[in-house]
Amino acid sequence: MQKERPLSPHLQVYKPQMTSMLSIVHRGTGVFLALGTPLLVYWLVQLAAGPTAYQQMQDCFSHWIVQILLLGWTFALFYHLSNGIRHLFWDVGKGFEMSALHKSGYAVIASAILLTVITVFIAYSGGA
Amino acid sequence: MAEFTLPKNSKIKPGKHFSAPEGATNVRTFSIYRWSPDDDQNPHVDTYDIDMDNCGPMVLDALIKIKNEVDPSLTFRRSCREGICGSCAMNIDGTNTLACTKSIDECADGKKDVKVYPLPHMSVVKDLVPDMTHFYAQYASVEPWLKTKTPVSQSAERLQSKEDREKLDGLYECILCACCSTSCPSYWWNSDKYLGPAILLQSYRWLADSRDEAKGERLDALEDPFKLYRCHTIMNCTNTCPKGLNPGKAIGEIKKMIAERAL
Repeated sequence: MQKERPLSPHLQVYKPQMTSMLSIVHRGTGVFLALGTPLLVYWLVQLAAGPTAYQQMQDCFSHWIVQILLLGWTFALFYHLSNGIRHLFWDVGKGFEMSALHKSGYAVIASAILLTVITVFIAYSGGA
Repeated sequence: MAEFTLPKNSKIKPGKHFSAPEGATNVRTFSIYRWSPDDDQNPHVDTYDIDMDNCGPMVLDALIKIKNEVDPSLTFRRSCREGICGSCAMNIDGTNTLACTKSIDECADGKKDVKVYPLPHMSVVKDLVPDMTHFYAQYASVEPWLKTKTPVSQSAERLQSKEDREKLDGLYECILCACCSTSCPSYWWNSDKYLGPAILLQSYRWLADSRDEAKGERLDALEDPFKLYRCHTIMNCTNTCPKGLNPGKAIGEIKKMIAERAL
């Protein structure tokens, strides 16, 4: 009797590639943003419910854990947006060469970080 | 649903160690995946210390040396030893490539163990030999031959302009080694329904052929949620192709053809 054939290792042995890592972060940020949407609704509801409710929300949002989460959502939004634009270029058949893929990949990381820093700066300097 | 861990019978255990011959000074260790249908063991990784002063430069040279001189039970496919047959495709140093064109010095920066596994997420027949039956069946499913409706002329071949012929460059060179398909996480999780980069590049080779007259039918056959659209442009395929081809771009071209005909 022959025993059942094994499945060869995949995630366990495949070296992380820039290509697949950027892709999985795109999916991860997408899921994370979807999870954040109820919070956005909560913000709008409290905004509409008047000053007392809004202050209640502000107190909640200024807790350090929520602040860190908000930083995460800010980065997730800008990463997903930037990489989404990269996807649009692919959809019209551009940027598939390995050199272009690396350049656009680094551009996405840079723009996500830069936009996050700018947003945090504006938020904490009380502007906009 | 994607299974991220290996099934119980596929978990890898440590294996045997084979030392280099006495007096060898330039030693490199090869960690190689082993599994045999003839015993009741799980897959395991055997390690072989090889004297590099007495071994050819490519990973395939080392595998052949091990089989000839150290352990004749080591099983792998090989044929042309020059990157044109695609038989010796396997996972070396963490990415998929052909053992015959992968230099040993390039692996692990020329220092640590050279890790050799079969192509990822495949059913293993023995050691480094994966079962390619499903892959070939998927290839057959795209009907990889010239399809015409206009009758063939008695006096001339089906001619093609130089420009039209050039559109097949970067496509006809594919040797169907399956390095790209088995590097694709989407193919790992959905290979039952998703065709994968190699087969889609082959499909595009016929879609791009000016002489082929079945473009509509070919696109109809690909237009479902899985066969083509499980490609999420991860691009591990293009990154790993040992022939320097671009399956990711070919898939993008097919998606564009389907979008354009809907306009």
